[in-house]
Amino acid sequence: MLVIDNLTAEVDGKPILKGLTLTVNAGGVHAIMGPNGSGKSTLSYVLAGRAGYEVTGGSVTFRGEDLLAKAPHERAAAGLFLGLQYPVEIPGVSNLLFLRTALNAQRTLRGEAEASGAEFMKLAKAAAEKLGLPFDMMKRAVNQGFSGGEKKRNEMVQMHILRPHFAVLDETDSGLDIDALRVVSDGINAMRGPDQATLLITHYQRLLDYVVPDSIHVLMDGRIVHSGGAELAHKLEAEGYSAIAA
Amino acid sequence: MSALPTRKDEAWRYSDLAAVARHWPVAVEPVAVPAGETQASIIRASDEAIRHLAINIGAGAAYRVTILDAGRSYGRIALDVTLHDGADFQLGAILIGQGAQTIELVTTVRHVGPGATSRQIVRAVAGGTATTSYLGQVAVAREGQKTDASQSFKAILLNRGATANAKPELEIFADDVKCAHGATVGEIDGQALFYMTSRGIPPMQARALLTRAFLSDALEGLDEATTEALDAEISALLGTAA
Repeated sequence: MLVIDNLTAEVDGKPILKGLTLTVNAGGVHAIMGPNGSGKSTLSYVLAGRAGYEVTGGSVTFRGEDLLAKAPHERAAAGLFLGLQYPVEIPGVSNLLFLRTALNAQRTLRGEAEASGAEFMKLAKAAAEKLGLPFDMMKRAVNQGFSGGEKKRNEMVQMHILRPHFAVLDETDSGLDIDALRVVSDGINAMRGPDQATLLITHYQRLLDYVVPDSIHVLMDGRIVHSGGAELAHKLEAEGYSAIAA
Repeated sequence: MSALPTRKDEAWRYSDLAAVARHWPVAVEPVAVPAGETQASIIRASDEAIRHLAINIGAGAAYRVTILDAGRSYGRIALDVTLHDGADFQLGAILIGQGAQTIELVTTVRHVGPGATSRQIVRAVAGGTATTSYLGQVAVAREGQKTDASQSFKAILLNRGATANAKPELEIFADDVKCAHGATVGEIDGQALFYMTSRGIPPMQARALLTRAFLSDALEGLDEATTEALDAEISALLGTAA
């Protein structure tokens, strides 16, 4: 699904990723954990193609194609989704208009027929209900006046409507109370399938109790320094990153 | 004013004076809203011209003007508004400058009687080397107690060659009034743009969507059919912007 090979990247001329190698197979859930400043969010932005995140070496192959050669919107149409740590507020653009525009832009780029109004509303209603987001909030401006938890639910609603092959979820669990964490976890689990994979970026083992990963990778100073199974999360929680890296 | 204005005239400082000369002198168009009446009008300006409206709003009357100014090499709309006792004036204006266009809006709102209200919302977007300017003066006479006046100007520049000028001016001779004004000039929110493209919306479409959302403040409070019609016109105009 996703093959990252010896990736190096910098922000404002400062090297952040220093030779990151990671393979995620279809059907898998992988988690990346690591201390602050280790490059977790940089990795997610580099994958999504955000301006200012400069790739200086290495490659990323997504479903057999060179991901880094594509513009951000083309990456989305190819099936990449980035769940943001801090979802952005967009005054004046309703959630429904935003999502319908995004869905149809992706479909157009893939050479598929656009969703009709009725088809889209059905998708939107089902996704909002599943993630416990009141449908009224779908009519409001994107994320404006939403609480932290509602913004994260909204990210999950978007993911369910867009149905990506590969989702990078950057600290989707931060700022969630226990009930919201359960709803969001169920949402992530419901996306799992043979032609889908997920990369969870998180600080806490709590999320990984609900969404059990196949592998956990420890990111420190721009490199994966250790990989292991789901049990690694508890070990990290107990012993800290430095003990693992040593 | 019959002499051709010069760069020294504050109200003409940002004008395209060569274009002004082609349209000089300007005839003042009177608009009278009789006491107690409610009227509204929409000005769609798309041909090079200077218009100067003198609007007199009678006691207890209300007048709303919506302006969509776009697609002309030089355009200037001047509104001289006089508000009598308890009158209400609402302005919603959208200025779109593209290429090398110069688009100007100049308002003078005079509160000559007590208890009148005025609300001006002006949104501008400029691309290319275009210039959009808003000069807004609110003058409250000694008799204009309990005046409630506001003006808000926001502009976004689509690239570095574009210009937006804002000159709010308050002249108040009464001591019990509320006058609010604000002006900002910025650019399209890069975070929102990234967010939209990361969801699959092509950059051009995302910019148009964000720009339209920004401009729509000026259409607040209009009925649904009018809003939709203006929205469609704005979308078409923005499709050729940037």
